[in-house]
Amino acid sequence: MPRSTDMPRRASTPRRDDALVRAGRALRTVLLIALAALFLIPFYLLLRNGLSTEQDITSPAWTFFPAHLQWSNVRELFDDPAVPMARSLLNSALIAVATTLGTVLLASLAGYGLARIPYRHANKVFYAILGTLMVPAAVTFVPSFVLVSTLGWISTLRGLIIPTLFSAFACFIFRQYFLGFPQELEDAAKVDGLGYWRTYWRIVVPNSAPLFAAVGTIVFIGAWNAFLWPLVIGQDKNAWTVQVALSTFTTGQVVNIHELFIAAAVSIVPLLLVFLLLQRHIVAGVERSGIDD
Amino acid sequence: MSSSGYRRSREGPVRHRTLWFWIFVGPFAAGLGLFTYVPLLWSLYLSFFDAHNTVSPTHFIGLGNYTSMLSDGAFTSSLWTFAVFSLFIVPATYVLSLALALMVNRLRFAQSFFRSVFFLPAACSYVVASMIWKLSIFNGVRFGLANTVLGWFGADQTAWLSTTHPPWYWLVIVTLRLWLQAGFYMVLFLAGLQRIAPQLYEAAAVDGARPGWQVFRHITFPQLRATSVAVVLLLVINAFQAFDEFYNLLSDSRGYPPYARPPLVYLYYTALGQGQNLGLGSAGAVILALIIAVVTIVQARWFGLGRTED
Repeated sequence: MPRSTDMPRRASTPRRDDALVRAGRALRTVLLIALAALFLIPFYLLLRNGLSTEQDITSPAWTFFPAHLQWSNVRELFDDPAVPMARSLLNSALIAVATTLGTVLLASLAGYGLARIPYRHANKVFYAILGTLMVPAAVTFVPSFVLVSTLGWISTLRGLIIPTLFSAFACFIFRQYFLGFPQELEDAAKVDGLGYWRTYWRIVVPNSAPLFAAVGTIVFIGAWNAFLWPLVIGQDKNAWTVQVALSTFTTGQVVNIHELFIAAAVSIVPLLLVFLLLQRHIVAGVERSGIDD
Repeated sequence: MSSSGYRRSREGPVRHRTLWFWIFVGPFAAGLGLFTYVPLLWSLYLSFFDAHNTVSPTHFIGLGNYTSMLSDGAFTSSLWTFAVFSLFIVPATYVLSLALALMVNRLRFAQSFFRSVFFLPAACSYVVASMIWKLSIFNGVRFGLANTVLGWFGADQTAWLSTTHPPWYWLVIVTLRLWLQAGFYMVLFLAGLQRIAPQLYEAAAVDGARPGWQVFRHITFPQLRATSVAVVLLLVINAFQAFDEFYNLLSDSRGYPPYARPPLVYLYYTALGQGQNLGLGSAGAVILALIIAVVTIVQARWFGLGRTED
C-alpha cells in the first residue's frame, strides 16, 4: 500500500487534545511492553530451570533468578544413558528435513500441474485434493495407524515420514501461487523450446524461491513439533522423536527435573534458529497462504 | 476458482498434455489417496466390525460400535469437553490476536521486535509448553510461579491441574494454547490490516469520525470481515483437534484423569490403549469427522464464506 496518501489525512483530521493523544500512545506502549514480557516469561523459565540445580528449582523459597547457573546440565543430559536424547534429536532432524523436502517437492509439482497444465478433469482432481482438507488429519490417525502397521512400518523412519508427505494444504498454496505466476516468463521458455518439465525446473522454481522458503519453513516447524503421529508410530525407543522423548519423561517418573528442562530447551534451539533467520519468510508465507482471500 | 485450471491451450496434442499433467500431479495424488482416502474407507469398514487387536476382523456387528460409542458417557463427555474448551479458547484467541495486531500495526518503532516476540511461541511445541506450564508455572506446590506470585498476596497454594471445583485446570489449558497460537493469528490480522485501503480512513476523517473506537467500529472491523471468518474457522477446527497439551498436561504414569478429556484423547486411549478396540475407535473417528464437517459447513454458511466479495 502506498503510504504517501497519509499526509492529507493527517492535515485534515480535526485537532484533538494533544495531551490525550500522547497519554493514549503511552498507555498502549506500556501495555505492549507488559504483554511482551508475559510472552517471554515461559522461555525464561525454560532456560532458568534448565540451568539450575535440582534444589534451586524445587526450593520452597522460589526466586526469579537461580542462585547459580549450572552449565554442566547440558553435558549431563547427553551423558545420561537412561535418556535417548541424541538419538531422538537425530530422528527428529531426519524426519523434519525429509518431510520438508518431500512435501515441498510433491506439493509444488502437483500445484504446478493443477494450475498450468490444461487437462479435462483437472478441476475434479483439484476438488478431490481440496476435499481432504475438510478431513482433519488427526481424525484419520486410527485407520492410518492400521494401514501403517499392515505395511509393517511401525517404529520405522519410513512409517514416520512417508504418510506425512502429502499435504493438501501445501498443494493448495502452491496452486494458488502458480495461478498468478507471470505467464510471460513461461511463454519465453516455450519459445525457447522448453517443455513443461524443463520450464518448471529452470524458470518457475528459481523464480519462486521466497514461496518455497516460506512453505518449507512452515512444514519444517510442523514436522519438528509434531506429536500425535510420532507418538502412535514411534513405539520403539529407537524411533522416538524429541517430542515423544520429552513427553515420556513428563508422563513417567524417571528424570531429574533440571534434566527435563534442559532437554526441552535443547529441543527448541533448532526452531529458534530457523525462526530468527527466516522470520520474514515465515510471516510472508503465512500472510500469502491465501486463507483469507 | 472453477475455470482457473484452464488456460488457452497453445501447445501440444491433448494426450501429451494429459500425460504431463499426471507426471506432475500423479505422485502427490497417489500418496494422498493411499494415506488419506484408503484410511478413511478402511475406518468406515472397521467401524462396522468387532475389531479388538485386529485389522482384518470377521465379526460384523452393523451399527453396534456406533450405538455403544454414542451411549458411552465418556465419549459424549469428551464432546462436551471440546465444546467448553472452544467456548473459552476461540473468543479469547480472537480478541487477543486482534488486539495485538491493532497495537503492533500502529507502532512507529520496534514494530518487528514486538511482532517477533508475540510470534515466537509458535516455535515452541505443545509438549515443551506443557512442560513449562505443568512443572514450572502451574505446579501445585510453592515453587511454581503462579503459587509463588499468589503467595506474595497471602493466597493459599492451589493444585492447578487437579482442582475440579472450581475447575482451575481450565485456566492452565486455555492460557497455554492462548500463548502458543495468538501470535500466529496476529500475523493473519496484520496481513488483513495491511490490505485496508487508506482512502477509507481519509473518507472517515473527512466525515468527522473520531479516530479510535468509531473508526475501528465502522471501518477497520468491517474491513477485516474475511480475515475474521477464516480465523474463527481455523480456531474451531484446531480446537477440535486438541490432543498434545491435554495429553501432556494431564496424563502421568498412573494414567489419565476422567475429566478434561477431549475427543482425540479419548479415541487415542480407546483404539490404541489397552484392548486396542480398533472398531470402536474407528466408529468414534467417523462420528468426529462428521461432526467436524457439519460444524465447518454450518459455520461457513453462517458467516457467508465464499460471498465475502460483495
